[in-house]
Amino acid sequence: MIRVKYFYILLLVFVIGAGISCSKDIVNRTDDAPALSPANTDANAGTWKPILLTSPTEFAVAAPGAVTTPDYVAQINEIKSWQARMTEEDKAIVKYWSAGAILRWGEIMRELVAKHNLAPVANEDGTYPVPSATNPLAYPLFPFANPPYAARAYAYVSAAQYDALVAAYHYKNVYKRAAPYVVDPSVNVLIPKSDLPSYPSEDATVVGAAVEMLKLLFPGDQDFIQRKAEEHKRARIMSGANVRSDIEAGEALGRSVASKFVTRARGDRAGAAVGTPAIWAQLEQDAIAKGEIPWISQETPKRPPMLPLFGKVKTFLFDSLTAISLRPPPPPSTGSEQMKKETEEVYQFMKNLTRDQIAITHFWADGVSTYTPPGHWNAIATDDFITKNFSEVRWARNMALLNMSLMDAAIVCWEAKYYYFNPRPVQLDPRIKTTAGLPNFPSYISGHSTFSGAAANILGHIIPEKAADYDAMAKEASMSRMYGTIHYRSDCEVGLVVGKNVGSYAVQRARTDGAE
Amino acid sequence: MRIKIFIALSCIFLFMESGRSQTDLDAIMMNKNQFCNGLQYAHSSWKNYWEGELKRENLNLGTVTTQSVMYMANYGITDNLNIMVGAPYIWTKPSAGNMSGMNGIQDISAFVKWRAYQKKIGKGKLSLYAIGGISTPLSDYVIDFLPFSIGLGTTNLTARGMVDYLVGKINLTGSAAYIRRGNAELDRNSYFDTELRLTNEINMPDAAQYQLRAGYRGKYLIAEGLLTNWTTLGGFDITRNNMPFPSNKMNNTTVGAYVKYTIKQHTNLSILGSANFTVSGRNMGQANTYSAGAFYAFYFGKNHKK
Repeated sequence: MIRVKYFYILLLVFVIGAGISCSKDIVNRTDDAPALSPANTDANAGTWKPILLTSPTEFAVAAPGAVTTPDYVAQINEIKSWQARMTEEDKAIVKYWSAGAILRWGEIMRELVAKHNLAPVANEDGTYPVPSATNPLAYPLFPFANPPYAARAYAYVSAAQYDALVAAYHYKNVYKRAAPYVVDPSVNVLIPKSDLPSYPSEDATVVGAAVEMLKLLFPGDQDFIQRKAEEHKRARIMSGANVRSDIEAGEALGRSVASKFVTRARGDRAGAAVGTPAIWAQLEQDAIAKGEIPWISQETPKRPPMLPLFGKVKTFLFDSLTAISLRPPPPPSTGSEQMKKETEEVYQFMKNLTRDQIAITHFWADGVSTYTPPGHWNAIATDDFITKNFSEVRWARNMALLNMSLMDAAIVCWEAKYYYFNPRPVQLDPRIKTTAGLPNFPSYISGHSTFSGAAANILGHIIPEKAADYDAMAKEASMSRMYGTIHYRSDCEVGLVVGKNVGSYAVQRARTDGAE
Repeated sequence: MRIKIFIALSCIFLFMESGRSQTDLDAIMMNKNQFCNGLQYAHSSWKNYWEGELKRENLNLGTVTTQSVMYMANYGITDNLNIMVGAPYIWTKPSAGNMSGMNGIQDISAFVKWRAYQKKIGKGKLSLYAIGGISTPLSDYVIDFLPFSIGLGTTNLTARGMVDYLVGKINLTGSAAYIRRGNAELDRNSYFDTELRLTNEINMPDAAQYQLRAGYRGKYLIAEGLLTNWTTLGGFDITRNNMPFPSNKMNNTTVGAYVKYTIKQHTNLSILGSANFTVSGRNMGQANTYSAGAFYAFYFGKNHKK
């Protein structure tokens, strides 16, 4: 009896102990991304075609001081004194940033989007507050980073970073200042060496462009953004990659170039995309006048539709007439047999939903508190770009192509959504419930499908050997919206086509921007 | 039959307590070679919930109802050592909005309960118990659709200490448990808790549970009042108007009552009922939970005591 007791005590202690000793730490999949070590430095990227800049010299960068001056020697000594007292934390910072400036600032962007992707709660009187850019820290926090807002934010930051890097690479070639570890071989170098001139610093150019753009896009998160910026610049000095004047010149250039994008963003009509109660009512009236059942918010209290005028925002890859021409033909009439059939199909998906289909729905849902579908495609691109050994400027160019596609896809998609103002399956058949989260805007065409069609097209151009994979992913993302009962088949299939058409403009640009 | 059931389906967003909520919380032992098993139905619902510490309602959920049927079994290896297992089937659904409810078989749990020490002190008898258990999902249910997910998908190890003092037929029982929770996995490969995570794995905070219970413990009738607290040791608050997430800091305190009656004419059979009301919480619903069950006992071995 006594022995039995002790046996069970030991067993208990063992089981509990085994549980406690297991580590619960989780690892981000890019934590161990290798240091950027491009197969090709793209030293001629100063000749690539910028997006907004009229020329790479639009913003001047002063000639750097000679490496023989006391000023430069002092800057070398700054590196050496950092290196003489590197802590483990410093080393971790160097490792983190060495994976690439575009990579890490992309992740920071996605974090900001996910943090802000929350719809405001209703007021007591059943109306909804609108976040204010001039008072971003008061509830509702600014911004509400919904998919169109996010797509636009990713595009502006990526495009500004790309243009700034084209300018930076131009000046690198003009001034040809060697890296600190080339000038003074006694400087340790904690990252892969490069024969790319170090002035102005490409990393600091990316920092400057990002920080300046994010003041506009995430004005309430400056503490976080500035902390990341300081850390990034310090990482470059500690690693021996840049002296301080490389950093300062790059940052200033990045800020200047971004200011041009800030000006564009202020005038791109996104600020008015929320619309007004009169506009919201008119959309409903217009659909009724066409003999259609209008979209109605399925939330309680009824929430105004998301960004009804986002379809009028200024596109990056084509002009506004082209944007209108990309509008798809109408969806099946809400009273038609076809619509009845498609609604029934959605209901059948719900009735026969498998566990795998829920997994697919949730994998692609990218709803509340996530980085949105455009962010998801950025994450997919990032995972693949890491394996490609792209230079910093090629990373930027590829991300800009992707994100301009995604923003323009959002614009064309939103234009169609509000042009047709088509109801969701849940509205037409109250038996339909969702395992995703019902977006508060019209159904036709599917945003997920449009984003995915555009992204798969341009990514398939950038990494041709994965083109078929990207197409398969886009189709799965599109289908996930039917599994989740969010969309009809027409929304999804047409969305994919429209997205692909938008993406073709990015492909066309990619073929002619001098990078291929 | 001496099994007794404490219903801890007081949980709200989740069934963090279910499956391990029967006899591991009370101070009653099965005798050697006694086997008891049965089914218990529970109905839990809430309209208000705590978003972080802010109490609110949500017109797009209405009232969220969770029902469950749980199979439970308990066996006396010796008079002082019992093992028990259980598993529930769970249904969830909202009364408003367009979100889909979910259902499925949740976690299996197994506990070993050991009465380590007994002594007469004053007019009563003091007993000390050590209880250890494990629970793990029986199905690949969806954890990423709270408040409709039927569970959190973690494998848990529980270590509980319990003190019981019985004077005549009046008992006072106190217990404290540490629940070591394994990590959970999502169907997506990125999420935001307090920062962006690029993984499908969630670091799940451990939890503690405390309970005080007191009342009448007769031969046929047991009636007790319960005060129970669940505290998540870590985790984060639901941000404004966000959805709940598995690693939220879910806390709650419930008060309740529990009654079990063994049929005098047929002592193999017993019936029970309970009610629990949430009095405070964090990142959970303010649930009222009612349950009812019936259990049947068998006696193996020749010289069973009754």
